[in-house]
Amino acid sequence: MPMQNIEHPDSIIPRKAGVAPGEGAEKGLITLPGETERETEDLAGGTYLTTKLDTMVNWARGNSLWPLPFGTACCAIEFMSMVSSHYDVARFGAEVVRFSPRQADLLIVAGTIVDKMGPVLKKIYDQMPEPKYVLAMGACATSGGFYRVYHVMQGIDEVVPVDIWVPGCPPTPDGLMYGILKLKEKIQRGEIKRG
Amino acid sequence: MSTLTKFSAIPYTGPAPTNRDPYVPANAAQADTRGEEISAKINNPAMTQERGQDMPTFVVDKNAITDVLTALKNDSFTLPLDLFGADYPRREGGRFDVIYQLYSLKNNERVRLKVQVGEDEAVPTSTKIFKATDWFEREVFDMFGVKFDGHPNLRRILTHEMFQGHPLRKDYDPAQRWLLTEQGVAKLTPKIDPRFEDVDTDFERVTLNLGPSHPATHGTLRIVVTLDGETIIGADTEIGYLHRCFEKMSETHTYQQVIPFTDRLNYCSAIINNVGYCMTIERMLGIEAPPRAQHIRLMLSEFMRLSDHIICIGTNLVDMGALTNFWYLFQPREEILGLVEQCCGARLLPTYTRVGGMAVDAPADFLANSQRLVNMLPKFIDDVEKLIMKNRIFLDRVQDVCPISQEDAISFGFTGPCLRATGVPYDVRKASPYLGYDTYDWDVPIADGGDTYARFLVRLEEMRQSLRILQQAIDRGLPPGPVIVDNPYVALPPKSKVYNEMESLIYHFKLIMHGIQPPVGEAYFQVEGGNGELGFYVVSDGTKNPYRVRVRPPCFPIFEAYPQMITGQTIPDAIAGLGSLNIIAGELDH
Repeated sequence: MPMQNIEHPDSIIPRKAGVAPGEGAEKGLITLPGETERETEDLAGGTYLTTKLDTMVNWARGNSLWPLPFGTACCAIEFMSMVSSHYDVARFGAEVVRFSPRQADLLIVAGTIVDKMGPVLKKIYDQMPEPKYVLAMGACATSGGFYRVYHVMQGIDEVVPVDIWVPGCPPTPDGLMYGILKLKEKIQRGEIKRG
Repeated sequence: MSTLTKFSAIPYTGPAPTNRDPYVPANAAQADTRGEEISAKINNPAMTQERGQDMPTFVVDKNAITDVLTALKNDSFTLPLDLFGADYPRREGGRFDVIYQLYSLKNNERVRLKVQVGEDEAVPTSTKIFKATDWFEREVFDMFGVKFDGHPNLRRILTHEMFQGHPLRKDYDPAQRWLLTEQGVAKLTPKIDPRFEDVDTDFERVTLNLGPSHPATHGTLRIVVTLDGETIIGADTEIGYLHRCFEKMSETHTYQQVIPFTDRLNYCSAIINNVGYCMTIERMLGIEAPPRAQHIRLMLSEFMRLSDHIICIGTNLVDMGALTNFWYLFQPREEILGLVEQCCGARLLPTYTRVGGMAVDAPADFLANSQRLVNMLPKFIDDVEKLIMKNRIFLDRVQDVCPISQEDAISFGFTGPCLRATGVPYDVRKASPYLGYDTYDWDVPIADGGDTYARFLVRLEEMRQSLRILQQAIDRGLPPGPVIVDNPYVALPPKSKVYNEMESLIYHFKLIMHGIQPPVGEAYFQVEGGNGELGFYVVSDGTKNPYRVRVRPPCFPIFEAYPQMITGQTIPDAIAGLGSLNIIAGELDH
């Protein structure tokens, strides 16, 4: 929304029941990601919206990622920065940090994975329920980074499939947030199909 | 290098690279005299003094090492700082050096012992003399394959169970990996403490595995405990889940290229590591960073210490369920990282220092921003103290939890806040001042009891002392002048010159291609890191790559004491205690 709209409150579009605010809201239209515009229908006094179940579910999933921080090294500290007060990832619905793989759907691998950790990472991934997404945070998780050496795994895709790679050593909190938003888009477009 | 002087038109009058002459430390004569005194006092024929080192150094016959260590410990060298190896494959009389470094709290001095050992020979263990050497000997075994006779538990420590060979040997290919499968992961069975062996309770004994992926283990530690009811009656730990091979990587990179690796040791206070490493190399080169660079180093070191303690206190309280402090304390921490970002463009791992100075000058508003931070931080520290120090739940959870006696702490090789929490006022900044810490007015806080509460008190007070140092540093102002030495064999010439002057271009090319070449020799230098004495031991063979870099990680011996500290406690207490030790996995596993 452009800046001038905020200065004039009367230009803000009133929100209708069952309709998300956005471009088409004024016309009673709503667009879900991956769809063309659709009419909402007035039925029995309420506003309804017809869509595909998949689109609706993906839209919801993308907006409420529950991350499991598999933090091993420096990147974990930047992950902490991202969830804490200054950057506040809660704005994007991904603040419910779960340390149990049974309760999470986004595995954030933050830090170097060494060979000793490989079986552990695999096990954690296997324990996560579907649908699950993996974000490789930083150079080490992506490719081993500058540790091309006898005890460091050269990228976590040796053991788990990866959906999003975030570059940086370590990525800044905003960089990681961008990664999460990209993953959200990817999920909502329905590009990730597994399980 | 001789061609350089021929072409040089730059009015550079400093020393040329001296890689033909071996490194002689400035205090060599003093160390030699002191070494003679120690030698006369110990009077062991198996000790031969090695002269011209930065501390009294002796080569000891391997069969006499336990006698010498006992004698030194009885003399005054009670704190075992480090034990590590070095490999010289073509040397006569045993290819490995096993090096012991001891510190005397009474006399504030260090001593180094070297034991030469061949490939199939074993060194008698010193685990009965110092508690710390258990893990250090395992590390030497893991990295070099040197065996220790009589060691209670000589298995690998940093590499995984299916690893073959000994990676720090010179003939080991740095990129040779070995696959670990799930079947290969060893089961740990903690040894039950003799105090609880015959105690008969109604409870069944349970073995519980914490980590390596556990919210309270701060990343990558694995703790296995045997419980009798709620009491921990036996504990064992496994580390190495973040063994990123710092020491091997250093050997394959040039001296400047090692600096980013040092960042990633203790990543909560990266600049302190940079400073420690760079100062070690500067010593070997016989140069000193300009006053302006030293001032920036000191100020940022103190800011990093604040940030380190903030993370330690914040996450420790999160482990105990007090989330508020974490959110609250991360606000000033972000400001500190912002200050670092203004200086060099990176937040967490800045790689800001260079050998001989700093990468770039601090921004013009550096002091003003620092002052703003120094004004703002006391409120946060006071507020956190108010939130927790009168909180009954907090006090119950930290007082008398995971205590360690002063004697044990010394024997385990503790340094930093954990040692000071047992009442020993040892701080590297006071004991062997660097960067001019002796010219500032500040105190070393100590507490007694050695429990989690004492460690909290020490950290909170240390933050205030850091602020005191910072205030004085701001009042003095940044000294004028350059931030890096004017020595084209060490520091890159400025870009404007490189593009316009032939000589500078050559210097630039030579420095990039051939690197810094310190003279042949070895040096050890220590700084006070966020959680204790952070030491770098560097061996140079005169080429562009270090021959051996050893980092003395402060939390390695501290975590070694952890099983002993938690035996007899409960799981929640063990978690509270673990956070207060400030174990940083990057440093612990190098």
